[in-house]
Amino acid sequence: MNHSISILSPTAILGYGFPESSFEAGLAREPDAIAVDAGSTDPGPYYLGSGESFTNREAVKRDLVLMIQAGLEREIPVLIGTAGGSGARPHLQWCLEVIDEVLCDLNRTALVAEIASDQDQETVTEALHAGRISALGPVPQLTDDAVTNSTHIVAQMGVEPVIEALEHGAQIVVTGRCYDPAVFAAVPIRAGLSEALSLHMGKILECAAIAAVPGSGSDCMLGVLDETGFTLEALSPERQCTVTSVAAHTLYEKTDPRFLPGPGGVLDLTGCHFEQIDKRRVRVTGTKLQKSERYTIKLEGAQPVGFRTISIAGIRAPDLIEQLDDVLEAVRERVFSNFQSIEKSAVQLLFRVYGKNGVMGELEPCCDQLPHEVGLVIEVVARTQSLADTLCSFARSTLLHFGYPGRQSTAGNLAFPYSPSDISHGVVYEFSVYHLMTVDDPIDPFPIQIKQRGVSL
Amino acid sequence: MKLSDMATVIRSKNAGPFELTFDVLFATHAEFERVVRSEVLSAKKFAELFHIPTADVLSVVEFEPALAIKVTIKRSRSSGAFGETDVYGAQQHAPLLQVEVP
Repeated sequence: MNHSISILSPTAILGYGFPESSFEAGLAREPDAIAVDAGSTDPGPYYLGSGESFTNREAVKRDLVLMIQAGLEREIPVLIGTAGGSGARPHLQWCLEVIDEVLCDLNRTALVAEIASDQDQETVTEALHAGRISALGPVPQLTDDAVTNSTHIVAQMGVEPVIEALEHGAQIVVTGRCYDPAVFAAVPIRAGLSEALSLHMGKILECAAIAAVPGSGSDCMLGVLDETGFTLEALSPERQCTVTSVAAHTLYEKTDPRFLPGPGGVLDLTGCHFEQIDKRRVRVTGTKLQKSERYTIKLEGAQPVGFRTISIAGIRAPDLIEQLDDVLEAVRERVFSNFQSIEKSAVQLLFRVYGKNGVMGELEPCCDQLPHEVGLVIEVVARTQSLADTLCSFARSTLLHFGYPGRQSTAGNLAFPYSPSDISHGVVYEFSVYHLMTVDDPIDPFPIQIKQRGVSL
Repeated sequence: MKLSDMATVIRSKNAGPFELTFDVLFATHAEFERVVRSEVLSAKKFAELFHIPTADVLSVVEFEPALAIKVTIKRSRSSGAFGETDVYGAQQHAPLLQVEVP
């Protein structure tokens, strides 16, 4: 029996785009599903905290038009993982609105499954007190405060809720926070193929053509899974999958390439074999899955920590650059002594010095050379925007006219590229939850709603 | 010989919001083996290079299928927290370029 399932992955992140020619080449191979990952924690805590997407709406719509049109025409499912970038309720809603608009433009209807991933505070607190939550890697233990202060807490679903949605005949599946490989692995696992191989294939397909050479986050990749392994093929003629490019991708954004933990188990790549079957395709075999005793899901949350104001300036005066650390310290003291009523703990003031250690901070090993110019960002995070504005403004004006020893350029110390010089940057978030939670059932925490959407014919 | 003259890829990136991971990839088995044997990317050497405690080096993995050495460290702060300099962690690799391989 020659049973195989093909999955078309158009792009590394929904909204990053893909060439139509590659997409057409993928469709010509008659895939069984089109799947895309829409999420990442890489852009930082702001997006999960605020409920905004880090991708652009028009760009997301452009990708979805092509995917949904092809899916409906060919009667194959379209699966979207981690809608809106972070997968919380507002992100999912945002993506569903775009889907509605696309269906309307195409004059079509579709059975759409939405799978939420939000975990309410009571559920998480209860799990915390019942000892069902553990820190993931070098993460502080979870506290009640972190749970209650978080604006959104999501959990990464595995393949089970996605398969459940497909069982109900969903033509489009759009999920909240989702383990990246799940939307790619659901169709082959449902067809009875190996979970381990399906998830490993998903792990590579979720980044689309990043695993090819030359790599690209905005080009298509095809994965074909059969009963003994899977084959990867980049769909643009300019790219190839090589043993090195595919094996190297296994390293990407992971702690350990041999063991990849996910909901319900750990992918074990120690017995994996990568084989070049022709110039453009690589076959992978030997992946194993160690199922965990208790089903665990990863929680992610972000909490607001204040409001930010920044001011950007440059410095060219060599005498000031030479004693900049001392001057900045003196300015800091001046700021706090001018506003004695403000609790120091309510405010954080930071001077970023580009040209010195602006990129690497405390990891920067190179500290002995004086640059000919430096870029400076004055940053204040405070409890209110108005307080952040006040202190940033005062730090900026104090530094501009600060009389340091030996100063010759007495007209001003800073070169501003902008007027106004200060930028009110809004709410600042930080990751507050990044923990594992054990659950009794892989589907229960992720409610599925299925309904007909789009234009009624 | 400098590591940057031997490796085809030297990169850094977040591995989740609390870890920073470095990948060094080689084109040939000989170069991979030479760097592995030299131990210039051991936890101790890595900690010295980046001025961090050895305990903050979470793992060093030699991954032969990709001819790669992977080192993961604890982030100084969670990605995007106050004081962050590199939200994606993509520009922390530079000190590796100059590492001398005996």
